[in-house]
Amino acid sequence: MTETLTIGKALNLGLRRAMEDDAKVVLMGEDIGRLGGVFRITDGLQKDFGEDRVVDTPLAEAGILGTAVGLAMRGYRPVCEIQFDGFVFPAYNQIVTQVAKIHARSRGRLPMPIVIRIPFGGGIGAVEHHSESPEAYFAHTPGLKVVAVSNPVDAYWGIQQAIAHPDPVVFLEPKRRYWEKAEVDTDATPGPLFASRVLRGGDDVTLLAYGPMVKTALQAAEAAAEEGRSIEVVDLRTLSPLDLEPVFDSVRRTGRCVVVHEAAVTLGLGAEIAARVTETCFHSLEAPVLRVGGYDTPYPPSKLEEEYLPDLDRVLDAVDRSMGF
Amino acid sequence: MQLLTPEGERIQHPDHPLDVSAEELRGLYRDLVLVRRWDVEATALQRQGELGIWASLLGQEAAQIGAGRAMADTDTAFPTYREHGVAWTRGVDPLHVISLFRGVDNGGWDPVATGFNLYTVVIGAQTLHATGYAMGLQRDGAESAALAFLGDGATSQGEVNEAMIWAASFSAPVVFFCQNNQYAISVPLERQSRVPLYQRAAGFGFPGVRVDGNDVLAVLAVTRSALAAAREGQGPTFIEAFTYRMGAHTTSDDPTRYRLASELEEWKLRDPIARVKAYLSRTGVADAAFFDAVEAEGDELAARIRSGTVGMPDPPGTAMFDRVYAEQTPHLAAQQAEFEAYQASFEGAGH
Ligand SMILES: Cc1ncc(C[n+]2csc(CCOP(=O)(O)OP(=O)(O)O)c2C)c(N)n1
Repeated sequence: MTETLTIGKALNLGLRRAMEDDAKVVLMGEDIGRLGGVFRITDGLQKDFGEDRVVDTPLAEAGILGTAVGLAMRGYRPVCEIQFDGFVFPAYNQIVTQVAKIHARSRGRLPMPIVIRIPFGGGIGAVEHHSESPEAYFAHTPGLKVVAVSNPVDAYWGIQQAIAHPDPVVFLEPKRRYWEKAEVDTDATPGPLFASRVLRGGDDVTLLAYGPMVKTALQAAEAAAEEGRSIEVVDLRTLSPLDLEPVFDSVRRTGRCVVVHEAAVTLGLGAEIAARVTETCFHSLEAPVLRVGGYDTPYPPSKLEEEYLPDLDRVLDAVDRSMGF
Repeated sequence: MQLLTPEGERIQHPDHPLDVSAEELRGLYRDLVLVRRWDVEATALQRQGELGIWASLLGQEAAQIGAGRAMADTDTAFPTYREHGVAWTRGVDPLHVISLFRGVDNGGWDPVATGFNLYTVVIGAQTLHATGYAMGLQRDGAESAALAFLGDGATSQGEVNEAMIWAASFSAPVVFFCQNNQYAISVPLERQSRVPLYQRAAGFGFPGVRVDGNDVLAVLAVTRSALAAAREGQGPTFIEAFTYRMGAHTTSDDPTRYRLASELEEWKLRDPIARVKAYLSRTGVADAAFFDAVEAEGDELAARIRSGTVGMPDPPGTAMFDRVYAEQTPHLAAQQAEFEAYQASFEGAGH
């Protein structure tokens, strides 16, 4: 069946289906029950699955993740909702020192199939701590897998695949794109979760993005096309493990690469990608790999978001610079 | 603990004798009315798109004014994000608080000059700051205390529990002032605690007291004595101000999804302002002229807040780079220069 869904609704349906498929799936988080979550992603699920499967937790993130570890040891598959990106840090200790390491330390005897859903990124005019981009902290931690979805199709399938996956997955949801719509074929066979995808073919520059920036990258490619530039856009989709083979193939053809993300540029995902593309495609490169990202400042008050976040113009500017080499 | 009933009857409490002058009583009434007026205006401004969000204090005026007015000038408050009433008592300009919700800055007031710290959005973090600050006061031999504000939901955070352990272990001059407004967004108190919150304090080894949070006199009395005890070296106290959040959690919230209208109706009968007004009228401490004057002052305040908000300029983009560090780094200075050049390129291009 094909339905037109927003990212938010796609996640809701994906969660519902995962809960139907596996009675061990338990949702946990603040306000996810009666309220349906502050973004309404879990709307109606408590009504249908009960308070034991959709748990309104106490206001304690370390508690959410710490108890998820114990539940996972008992064969459950906890799906933890962190209300906003900036509030994951009370749970950071549990995620980084426990969730990420227990599988290795127990030599595989203790499974950690935990999903940590985090609405991430800015652009919604919120007050501080509601618009962070913490992906690099997680991607830097061995033992965690990290994905960032950009559209309803990946949201619908990705959340189910993440839940069914045996490893802990930090599942990043682009909060400012929750209301973006697309057709979702709910009977299709999904592609792999940990794979990047070429969304638009092009010959001049390879443009990489993930999560909320994918839409911006596609718009930039569109705008560049009007000026006769052919841009290939790759949706990274998985941040750990990185799937860069399609990127290498692309860069070998285009000779140019621009990486875009909202997170501060310094030591962000772009730095890792630039290093790997340079190591692998050095002889094909016509220009250094360029990065477009947030400035190395705390996330600014909302009146300055537009200046902080990479927009169409900053992406096009980087494309111009790349072409200028 | 109650000193003023919902009907406006003054009652005495053996442990909390409270001497308030007529002048003080009128002052408290004025505070209550003005912060409500501010709150109502800010909520309206949010609805009209002038603020990104607003966290309303409606229903919690007495808890905040009582606690704020109990503080000495040299005491320091560590608020969450809803303590506009306390901000008021510390002389913080309402427009500074509003600028944060408008997205102009991340807290525009001077926390040092006002003794009112910046708002803290990450739940519970400030309780540790208050405790550490109190430890500093103690080391310095200062006869002052710290007053940490938190919500009922916040009591579940690990950091809040750590703050109480530190406060007890070091006998720090800090008072934990919990506004139990019954909900953490949609989650009722029962999900945070199976015992009344004030009883938790016993487990940490210091006194806990529950006060009618809609009774400004009771809050004033209890907080005054807790702060005095802290200043005198008797260590921390936990105050549970039992109250109710009459509005939504913030303007983005829909409380009809999780609470009953009947509950709201019940709490309306315990309005924190009505009872003071009843008492003032009955005892003749204030007359109609006084009430009218306060009303008029409210109109003025609301008008000032409105025009101040609507006329509030957006910050310059370079504000982002300002004071990230005490000592600017070459890297960030270069990024700022790049940013400025980039912005300037548009001005030339007529964007
Ligand atoms: C660490 C953290 N987790 C989650 C949130 C999101 N959040 C903001 S307010 C709130 C409820 C707070 O309830 P309570 O402590 O009772 O204070 P109240 O808002 O009722 O005054 C939540 C969950 C947050 N700000 N910080």
